[in-house]
Formats: sequence, structure tokens, C-alpha cells
Amino acid sequence: MLKFVVRRVLLLVPILLGLSILVFLFVRALPGGPETALLGENATPERIAQVREAYGLDRPVQEQYFSYMERTVQLDFGTSIQTRRAVTEEIKQRFPATVELAVTAMLFAITVGIPLGFVAARRYGSWIDNLSTAGSLLGIAVPVFVLAFLLKYVFAIKLGWLPSQGREDPRVFTEHPTGFFVLDGLLTGNPSASWDALKHLILPAVALGTIPLAFLTRITRAAVLEVGNEDYVRTAEAKGMTRAVVTRRHILRNAMLPIATVIGLQTGLLLSGAVLTETVFAFGGIGSFMAQAVFTRDFPVIQGGILFLAVVFVLVNLLVDISYGVLDPRVRTR
Amino acid sequence: MHNMRRQSFPRRGGVALVLAGLLVGVAACGGSDDGGGSGGEASEGGDTLVFGTSADPVSLDGAYVSDGESLRAIRQMFETLVTTEAGGTEIVPALAEEWESDEAGTAWTFSLREGVTFHDGTDFNAEAVCFNFDRWYNFTGVQQSPSVSYYYNTVFTGFAANEDPEQGESLYSSCEATDENTAVINLTSPSASFLSGLALASFSIASPQALEEFGADDVSGSGEEPSFDGEYGRTQAVGTGPYQLEAFEPNNRLVMTRYDDYWGDAAKIETVIFRPIADGPARRLALESGEIQGYDLVAPADFEALEAAGFQLLERPAFNVGYIGFNTAQPPLDNPMIRQAIAHAINREAAVSALYPEGSEVATQFMPPALFGYSEDVPTYEYDLEKAKQLIAQSGVRNPTINFFYPTNVSRPYMPNPEANFQAFQADLQAAGFTVNPTSAPWNPDYLDAVQTGGAGIYLLGWTGDFGDPDNFIGTFFRTPQEAWGPLDPAIYEDLETARAESDEDARTALYEEANNKIMEFLPGLPYVHTSPRIAFAEGISGYEPSPVSIEEFAKVSID
Amino acid sequence: MSLSQSEAVESGVSAPEEARGGLARDALRRLRRSPSAIVGAVLVTLFVLVAIFAPLLAPYSPTEQDLSQIRPGVFPGPSAEHLLGLDQLGRDELSRLIYGARYSLVIGIVSVTIGASIGILFGLIAGAFGGWVDGLIMRLTDIMLAVPGLLLAIGIAALLGRSLTSVMIAIGVVNIPIFARLLRGSMLAQRESDYALAATALGVKRWRIVLLHVFPNSLAPVIVQATLALATAIIDAAGLAFLGLGSPDPSIPEWGRMLAETNAFLANAPLLALWPGLAIVLSVLGFYLLGEALREALDPKLRR
Repeated sequence: MLKFVVRRVLLLVPILLGLSILVFLFVRALPGGPETALLGENATPERIAQVREAYGLDRPVQEQYFSYMERTVQLDFGTSIQTRRAVTEEIKQRFPATVELAVTAMLFAITVGIPLGFVAARRYGSWIDNLSTAGSLLGIAVPVFVLAFLLKYVFAIKLGWLPSQGREDPRVFTEHPTGFFVLDGLLTGNPSASWDALKHLILPAVALGTIPLAFLTRITRAAVLEVGNEDYVRTAEAKGMTRAVVTRRHILRNAMLPIATVIGLQTGLLLSGAVLTETVFAFGGIGSFMAQAVFTRDFPVIQGGILFLAVVFVLVNLLVDISYGVLDPRVRTR
Repeated sequence: MHNMRRQSFPRRGGVALVLAGLLVGVAACGGSDDGGGSGGEASEGGDTLVFGTSADPVSLDGAYVSDGESLRAIRQMFETLVTTEAGGTEIVPALAEEWESDEAGTAWTFSLREGVTFHDGTDFNAEAVCFNFDRWYNFTGVQQSPSVSYYYNTVFTGFAANEDPEQGESLYSSCEATDENTAVINLTSPSASFLSGLALASFSIASPQALEEFGADDVSGSGEEPSFDGEYGRTQAVGTGPYQLEAFEPNNRLVMTRYDDYWGDAAKIETVIFRPIADGPARRLALESGEIQGYDLVAPADFEALEAAGFQLLERPAFNVGYIGFNTAQPPLDNPMIRQAIAHAINREAAVSALYPEGSEVATQFMPPALFGYSEDVPTYEYDLEKAKQLIAQSGVRNPTINFFYPTNVSRPYMPNPEANFQAFQADLQAAGFTVNPTSAPWNPDYLDAVQTGGAGIYLLGWTGDFGDPDNFIGTFFRTPQEAWGPLDPAIYEDLETARAESDEDARTALYEEANNKIMEFLPGLPYVHTSPRIAFAEGISGYEPSPVSIEEFAKVSID
Repeated sequence: MSLSQSEAVESGVSAPEEARGGLARDALRRLRRSPSAIVGAVLVTLFVLVAIFAPLLAPYSPTEQDLSQIRPGVFPGPSAEHLLGLDQLGRDELSRLIYGARYSLVIGIVSVTIGASIGILFGLIAGAFGGWVDGLIMRLTDIMLAVPGLLLAIGIAALLGRSLTSVMIAIGVVNIPIFARLLRGSMLAQRESDYALAATALGVKRWRIVLLHVFPNSLAPVIVQATLALATAIIDAAGLAFLGLGSPDPSIPEWGRMLAETNAFLANAPLLALWPGLAIVLSVLGFYLLGEALREALDPKLRR
């Protein structure tokens, strides 16, 4: 088992290395050169000269690459053009918000999606089945920011039940030891702050989580159907095993593999969807920060943010891979 | 979606449900809007006011800023020697009770208010005043860059040791604290606008102790990308104003609490929070849902709805101008007939009535009517498509092509929606026979940089006045040659220099009127609108006095 | 995408059918019976027809403005002359929507073509040569897939500058590794198949096997993926437009852009957000349903 994990982790290295090389080459291959990438087409000659000096763009390529790698390994992604602080600082400050949002969205997707898919499969052809199909189709086809707008309009504007933006009410004052607002409220003995943070989380998490929800529903349903039709399940049922035991021991266990796959994949969608959702809800995480960077052509932030999120994505999928080892003994021996 | 596993999956009726669901969704959210929540509730207890701003302050050190949000925050916590009267532009006492200049007009004696303290407990006195002025005068390196100390450069021009050889001589010479409460500021030459310049928030008096202790002068980087390394201006800001800095959490809120030892009337509300909400519609939402009790830069599209829902819309008197700038160095804009053709081709009335709120005026010149020096006799250019086409034909320019540059990611009172303005004008130009090349860039810094260095053809821009002097409008634009406009008629530069130095008020007025006539004759650009921006408040909030130069104090605001 | 997942994709692809005619006929039969396939096909056909015949269908020009009827926040709603009302600059919304189909179609087709053609080329090379070539190409696709799709598109489009071309290139690049893996997996599976081994034993040249037999049999999943990719392309293009990437000329009636513009007056005229939103949802749904239906129809394993 350990060997399996180690092998998988080692495979990460060439990927991350390759990613950094690709980014490096891409930026330098752009028409107009990396200065254009960093500053945009309309930069003044003074700014261009400054950037050339600051980034050492007049030195030979190998030197540039080494200093780039040096900086990347030390997690130095440069300075944001907009806020004038280190990109790493900005990412560190905003990351917890996005994590909180993504985790809540995924939890929402899992707790609603998997049971829904399961029930839909078990009651194949019923109205629940059709409803879940319709719902998941909508979830896939509706762009996440459209959904975000819709939710905001209905629940925050028209009905006023939930706040329309931000992570907390501006009049709430609490310490934030961890940066995860719901947790912080509990840690500092201020449960109303936690509740306030949770209220701010609901709409964006639902908007963001709808796509994974849709996929999870479909894949759970499909997996359960497929497994349910397998011979060994029918044998078990014929033998007289109770439904519950059959479900637990055979169906769910075997269906988990494709479900885990989808969860890993969906993290990618969550991370990119976060960019749009956080913007609509002004949520203050990395997503809205990246969107702002796109609006203001803050290239160091765009680059650094994408690299960072890619690493997160790869790590999550690594975890999924490792979980395969747990779920499916066959994989470990490969 | 890319690597979906295959699955078996009948869809009886599923799709019909989808479409049904869509229809239901359409019916539910379509239809008219009723303006959202009720007329807003004041915050419980009446001791906290949350105000929606458009961005975080860049710094809380007045010397380093020129953006509206920084100035708004600084205004609450700091004071200047003199200020403008509430809601107007006349100079009235603030930290200085009286002032007079000597005969030569170069030595100004200020009698300072007594019994004033800074938020950190230290005394406000003449020494503190001179400390501040000398600090600015002695700026070095990056601090001297006009993009850092913008207003100092505008009013005083130069420093003790100019690092840029092009920089002019400093207007400021020295400051003496002749006694505890008297400060004398010596200038190198007489100036008429120096005093009104002192009302700018950038000349706020800060606590010398705080400035030193918290590294206010630790600035590195470059003029384009300065890095403020000290704590001062970020987590520390110590002035004499009715509010003091409680906390500044970037991207979240700026919290100010009442300073109980304030020399004047104590602030009515205990805590004022500025909450940055970049998205305009989001600010409106926040107001309607009660998360904030007021916000600035209300979009014209929201006026009616907000009023109908019971919110207050306070009007800031029109003191701005929106214009299309021409880079006369770039052909075909160097041809005066082309410029006139553009002026006749653009239907300003239609654009203003469609895109700007009630009460906005079509502009005829580059400064608002309220300002002295406004000329009633400027050449005007009626909307006349035929005339425009004729002028193009006469100009000799075949297939006139114009590079039209517009900004993104910005909303200004004179330009609430630049993209909409762009599209309206583009259509007009195309109707007259121009070919339009659209380019856009984010407002800050790309767009502004590009415009200022002559990278644009025609471009959308505007200006909100800082103080009540025509020099702040047409002087800023046209008194010195700038790449944004290209080369102008030299007489314009001369006239504006003369007007600025003129001390007799009536003569000045006449000179500025004449200048405006000349400017509109030459047509370095096309001004098109003056607007009065609105600030929205929830019901029950009173005491806020809008000012044309945005000197607005929350200390006077109360919640019923 | 995790590495194991890619292996799963490869093993999930089935062996080819000897009689391709049989598969196609079977597929068509199944498609005709499936209601979602029909709905999908109808939506897609509608979308394509509207895009192609836009000038004939649109009652007005999409860029002609009529400012006289506009006040800030007040835009005339649906009426007899303008079925969907006017937008914020007095342009006919219906005409803009119709012409917008063109942009979405073009963006979709061009980007998917870019992604598919380059991807297929790489996949072909990897599948045909095997060995270190295959390994190298797989590592490359791994790297590209390490960045979530929309983020990669954002990064590329942002760096390339504001234009429709950047958007098309960006979305195209995102599709490259997907098609590469697909084709390579398909080909690998078939190389081991009986007929391929038999042909090799018979002495048929390698390139003939690859080009004339293996490759054509790998096309089925590519067609499916292309259809699904079109759906994703439309969504991603809308997302990119929302972030301000796309043509610098804001008068172009691109759906994603139209949707993004309505943010400023959502509370005043929500209908103006509804139309482009609905258009996007319907066209995405159409391609998705069609793609999923094709996948089932072309999957020989389901022939029961």
C-alpha cells in the first residue's frame, strides 16, 4: 500500500515541473513578449523598461528560467499590479474562503446527489427518477454564473431571506484564527458569528455545488444501476440476503469507485466555477480575486493563481487515486 | 463534462420535465421588478453606520493618495488648515482659525486653533504643522513621483531637492512655528490658488509622532509601482478628526470610531464602517437588503427604483465634466475639419438623455456652469449628420479611420457606463462615415497610462473638480502641453498661464471666459455632459451634506 | 483528472465492430427511438439554422440603436414591433439574439476543431508509435489536464489579449489533451485486438493497419466527444465573456457578453438577462443531449 502511495506521489513531480516549464515557455512565446503579457498592449515605455529589469528579461533564457524556478520553488509569484502586495500573500489570505466555499459546495453535492441518484436508480422509471434526470440536466446546462444570478435575484433581492454578498455581516466583529469563518465562530465562542457566516455561505455554495450535484446524481444512479444488474448482486438477492445488506456490502462499495472518480474530477469544476460564483457574490476568495485580476490585467496574479489552483487540483486527484487503493484492492497490485 | 463514464439511462419524460421546469423558472423570475425590500431599516441601536464604497482606500496617508476612496476615508479622520464650506467651494477655517498674507503675498501667517489633540494624545500645534509641511517638501525618490504625491506636485510643483531635472521650483519655501499656535508658511512666489489647495485632504495634518513611529516615509519600489512598507497609512493613521481609525481590513471593511476628545462637535454616530463593494449593482442590493445604510456612485438606472422603494437620494451639485478627448497628434485628428466633423456627428443630447439621470446637462465646454469663468459665447457644434459628412468631404481625408479607446472595469459619475457611451458614440461616428477601431483597457493603470502617454486616438475621460477654481479644470487639461491632447494652439497655453497668475478676480474671470472660447474653437476634444451624482441612504439617516468637491463628513450624520 | 481515471477511460473503450455498417444502422435505429436524442437533435438543428439564416430571420439590424426610447434603467419591454423588447442602447433584442447564435456557433465550431484536430494528431502519433513518444505525449496531456478547464482557458485568453480569436484558441487548447487521450486510448485498445494482430501476422504493413483500420474505428468516441465539447465550449465562452474576455467591440451580439452586460441592471430589466441565458441553456442542452445519445447509440456494448 505504501509503495502504491509513494509511486503516485512521485509521479506528481514531473507533472508540476512540466507545468511550470509550460507556463514559463508560454508567457515568453507570446507575441509582444512577456512584457506584453505582464503589462498589456498599451504599456508606457517606462513601465516596460522597469518590468524588463525587474524580471530580468534581458538576460539569457537559461538564466531567466533558473531564477524563475528559484522563485517558484520559494513560492514567490511576484507582486500584484493592483494591490502591490506579494501574490503569495494575497493567495494565502484568500485561500481559506475558497476552501470553505468549495468544501461546503461539495458537501452539498454529495449529501444531496448521492442519495438522490441512489433512490432514482432503485426507483427506476418513477417520477423521482425523471425529476432527478431533469434536474441534473439543468444543472449541467445552466452556466454557473447564470445560476448564481438567479439565486441571488430570487433569494436575496426578491425574498430577502439570505444575504447577497460577502462572507459576514460588516457589523459582526470576531477573531478569525483559522480563516474559516464558520469554524472560527465556534472556536471563539461566538456561535452567532458562525451562523452569520453560514448564511453567507448558503447561496454561493448551492450555486457552485449544483454542477457536481448534477454529475454525482447521474453517476450514482448509473453506477448503482449497473452494479445492481451484475450477476453477483442478483445472486445475493436470490440467496435471500436482505436488501440492506446487499446494498451496503455490494452495491455501494462497488459504486464508490466511479463516484470517487467524479468527485476528483468535479473539484476542477469547483475551482474554476468558484471564479465566477465568487464574483457574483463578492465572496472574497481566490476566485473573485482571479476574476478581478482578469479585469485589471494583473498578470502575476493570473499566473500565480492558476498555478496554485492547478497544484490543488492535482493534489486532490492524488488523494482520489490513493482512495482507489483503499476502495479497490485490484488497483494496488498494478 | 469531458470524461463522463458511459452509463445506461432512459429518459422517458425527463426532457419534458426539463422544459417544463424552464418555463416555470421563466414565469417565476420574469415580469416587472418592484424595487426589492422596503425603504431600508436603520441599524438597530443607531450607533453604527455601514457605508458602501467602491474600493478599499489605497492608503490612509493623505500625502500619497489622489483616489476618491482614500480621500473619503482620510476626510473623516484628518483635518486640514482650511477647508471648503459645506456644500460649496468657499474657503473657511478648519485647524487654522485665521490667516493672512503679507504684502508680497509670500508669507502666510496661520493662527491655529487651541486645545486640539491628535488621536494618539499628542498635541496639535505649530510645530506639528511645520513638521508635516517640511516632511512633504523633503520627499525623496519614489515619494516625489507625481503618481505618488499627486496633489503636492499640483499645488507646490517642486521639492527641496528635485530629483527630476524637469521638475519646477517648489512654491513652498519654509515653515516657521513662531509660537505654540502660530505657523508661518513662506512661499517662493505669490499664489492665488495656494490657499484653496490647502483644503485638499492630501494636506491633512498628521501626528508627527505617529508619522515617525510607524514609518510613514518607508516607501520603495518605483513611481509606477510604489510599495508602502511602513505601518502608517495601512494599520495606523493618526489625525485630529472626529473619527479615529479602529481597524483596516483590506477587502473587508474600514472601521472608524468616534474620537471623544475631538475639539469640535462630537460625531453623532459611534462607529462608521466603510465596506468596499466593487460591483455597482451589488451595492444597491446591499442597501436594499439592509447590509449597508448608504452608498456612493449610484447608477442612474437605479434612481427611480430606489426612490420608489423609499430610499433617499442626495444630490451632489454638478462639478464634473465628461468628454471625448482627441489626441491631435494622431491623424486624422490633426485636421481641424475632422475634429469638427466628429463634433457635429455625435448626438450628445440623445446620449445624455438616454444614459444619464434627470438633471444632467449637455456640456458646451470643459468646465461646469457653476464655476466662474464659464463662457456663454463658446462656439457650439449642433448635431448635424449632413454637416459632418460635408466636413469630412472637405477635409480631404479619404476613408477617415479613428482609434476609439474606452476603459473597462470602471464607473465614474461623469461616465457611469463607459461601454454604453462608447457604443452610442461609435454608432454616431459610423453613421457619419467614419471607420471606428475599438480598443479597450482596464482603467487603472493601463488605460490611464496609455491615454496620458498619447497612445489613444479619441478616448473617453472626464474630471471631477477638486476645488473651486477654473484652473483645476481647464488648467489641469490645457495649461501645459500634454501627450494626451497632442499639440494645441500655443495661445491657449499662454492664456491659461496668464489667467492663473492674475490676482484680480474680475480680470481672471474674463480671461478664463476667453480661454474657454479659444479652447472650444480649437476643439481638442468634445465635452458632452455635466452630471450631479447621487448618494443613496436608507430612510432615517440624516445630516449628510453632499459637496461638489466631495468633502463630506460622516460626523454630522445621525440615525433616527 | 487523475491518472487512474485516464486508464479507466482507456479500458472502457471497446473493440471495434467488424461490420461497420451494422453499427451505424444500429446506432441510427437507437437514436430514432430515444426521445432525448430527438430533442437534442431538434435543438441543435434549430440552433444551426438560426445561426446560418440569421440575416433572413432577424427583423432588424443587431447593431442599430434607437436612443430616443431609452432612459437610464428604463428600456421598452416586449411589444408588437419588438417581440423581445429593446436592450439598454435601444437595439432590438430578438435580432441580437438571432445573430448571437452565429457567434456561439462559430466559437464552438472553431475551438472544437482546433482542439480536436491537434488533439487527434497527437493521439494518433502516440497510439501509432508507442514507446517513449507515447510516454512523452501522455505526460504533456497530464500537465495540461492538471489545470481545470475554465481556468486554463481564462489564463490563455487573458494572456492573448481581448479578441474573439483568443477565446477560440483558449477553448481549443483546453480541448487538445482530451481528444489526444481519447484517440490514443482508442487506438491502444484496438492494437491488441484480434483483427489487428491477425493483420500483422499476415504481413500487412503497420501504417496500413493504423491508417486504414484502427483509425477509422476510433472515430466513434471522437464524434461523441466533439458534440459534448461543443456544449462545453458554449458554456465556457459565456463564462469568459462574463469576465470581459472576448471581442473589444461591445456592440457585437455575443450571448455570453449580452448576459454579462445585464448585470448592471438586473433588478430593472431581468428579462434582458433571461433571453441570452435561455439561449445558452437551450443550445448547451441540445448538444449535450445529442452527445449523450450518440454515445449510447454508438456503444456496441449496449447492443442487447
